[in-house]
Amino acid sequence: MSALSARPGIRWGDTVARVVVIALLAFAIFGPLANLVLWGFAERWYFPNKLPQEFGLTYWARVFAPRGSALASLWTSVGIACLTVMMSLAVAVPAGYALARLRLPARTLILLIFLLPQAVPNLPVYVNIARVFYELNLNGTVLGVVLVHAAHGLVLAVWIASAAFAAVDVSLEEAARNMGASAWRCWTTVTLPLALPGLIASAIFVFLESLDEFTGTYFVGVPDVTTMPLLMFNASMGGNYQIASITALLLLVPSIAFMLLVERFLKADVLAMIGR
Amino acid sequence: MNHRSWAGLALAAPALAIVAVFFIGPMAMSAVLAFRGKDGGFTLDHFAKAFEFYSNDLLFSAAIVVLSTITIGVVAIAIAGYLTLGEHPRTLAILRWLYRWPLFIPFIVTAQVMRTFLAKNGLLNHVLIGGGLIDPLQAQSLLDWRGIVIAFVWKQAPFVTLLVAGAMASIDRQHIEAARNLGANRLRVLFGIVLPQARRTLMVGLVLSFVTMLSVLSVPMMINPNSPTMLTVDIAYRINSHGDYAVANALCLMSLALASLGAWFYLREAARKAERS
Repeated sequence: MSALSARPGIRWGDTVARVVVIALLAFAIFGPLANLVLWGFAERWYFPNKLPQEFGLTYWARVFAPRGSALASLWTSVGIACLTVMMSLAVAVPAGYALARLRLPARTLILLIFLLPQAVPNLPVYVNIARVFYELNLNGTVLGVVLVHAAHGLVLAVWIASAAFAAVDVSLEEAARNMGASAWRCWTTVTLPLALPGLIASAIFVFLESLDEFTGTYFVGVPDVTTMPLLMFNASMGGNYQIASITALLLLVPSIAFMLLVERFLKADVLAMIGR
Repeated sequence: MNHRSWAGLALAAPALAIVAVFFIGPMAMSAVLAFRGKDGGFTLDHFAKAFEFYSNDLLFSAAIVVLSTITIGVVAIAIAGYLTLGEHPRTLAILRWLYRWPLFIPFIVTAQVMRTFLAKNGLLNHVLIGGGLIDPLQAQSLLDWRGIVIAFVWKQAPFVTLLVAGAMASIDRQHIEAARNLGANRLRVLFGIVLPQARRTLMVGLVLSFVTMLSVLSVPMMINPNSPTMLTVDIAYRINSHGDYAVANALCLMSLALASLGAWFYLREAARKAERS
């Protein structure tokens, strides 16, 4: 290798190839996103113009109009996502703890059940839940949508919570118990604080999943619950690319923020424990 | 069963109940409804109808998902391989920062993004024309099967890359150094030493992507809603336009069968590996 690098010709070729490949990859990733941004700020954009004829914020004003449907759907989405996080974590934290720390009969089967919603296509589930919910008058209600989101989200939460508890050093708990702490005190002052970053990560995962969920809401939420993804879909299918792109941009913000921050919450020691 | 295992079961019970009622129950219902005739007896009519109307779409779905999975695998191996074996620190840093952007972007946003980017008057064509690579008259919309594949790869490749790069990073560096010192080039090290050790993770990532792509509704609906299209679009159509849950469920079971085919390939690989070791 060192003999090769000493020859300037080959090093130049190498550098050029590297720059070209990185540039192509950057275009593949940011090109589509750039197009979305352009549409978000386009007042008028007709074929065959390369760029919008007119830029402006009219459509943003429309999206954020106090009584606009977009703002309403933003709050619907955030509300549903918060309720989904509460419901998922309320059942996932105990389950995760049990999987990580307690002796469970049929542990493999239980793990398999919690793996299922990630490992089989979800469409059959949504289709039939919608049919049952229709008869129970749960279609088109926030509760119906939250239940569908939670059934899917809690699985992720169980896996991450279980990994977070498994990563907590047992000897720290034992030390606390040996010094006379009650089981409850040990849990609230040792186990829970140490597992907290992982639990926060699982809450964020569930929140994002719920915020971005389309298919389940499409079947169960109609006609009364319009979340952001549904609003985006309707705008896009109706040919209103500006509103669709602005809604898409709003949905992008939390996704990209989480992508940039994920490693702060999910430390390597927790990641290594997932699925154990 | 002792006291502690009862406690564990009690803690896990609420979560298990929710998954059972809101996931496994509907899944079982799908299997029942697909085979139940109007009189309540067993029938294969719904499958006959599903095959008659949608066999093209079944093949189309299978082809799209297989092609996407293979492409995702190639992209993931290339990027993760370079991240593991690359030697140029700045390129490594840029690549590591760059590849994961689509990681948490939802499918529905990906669909909207590609709907604008790949259209006839989208940015892709404008850049190709501006760069002199194609004639303005050659510009064509990619919003057909190609659009679906591109959207799937764009969204799923970073996920598989993340998993594979993680697995490759945990390989003992000494193996790699030893091979390099013996004169193996990087490509050989990648396929001879690094990839075999990350193979399981790669398969898990690919199977998960395969299954996920099979049940995505938004991407085919927004990019290529006309026939031939993917089964998910047909299922939504049967329900929304005809209220026809029987044929819809038959189609659901067909896509489940495709998914289990993917899982079966994975299990067979895993079993073979277990036999060898």
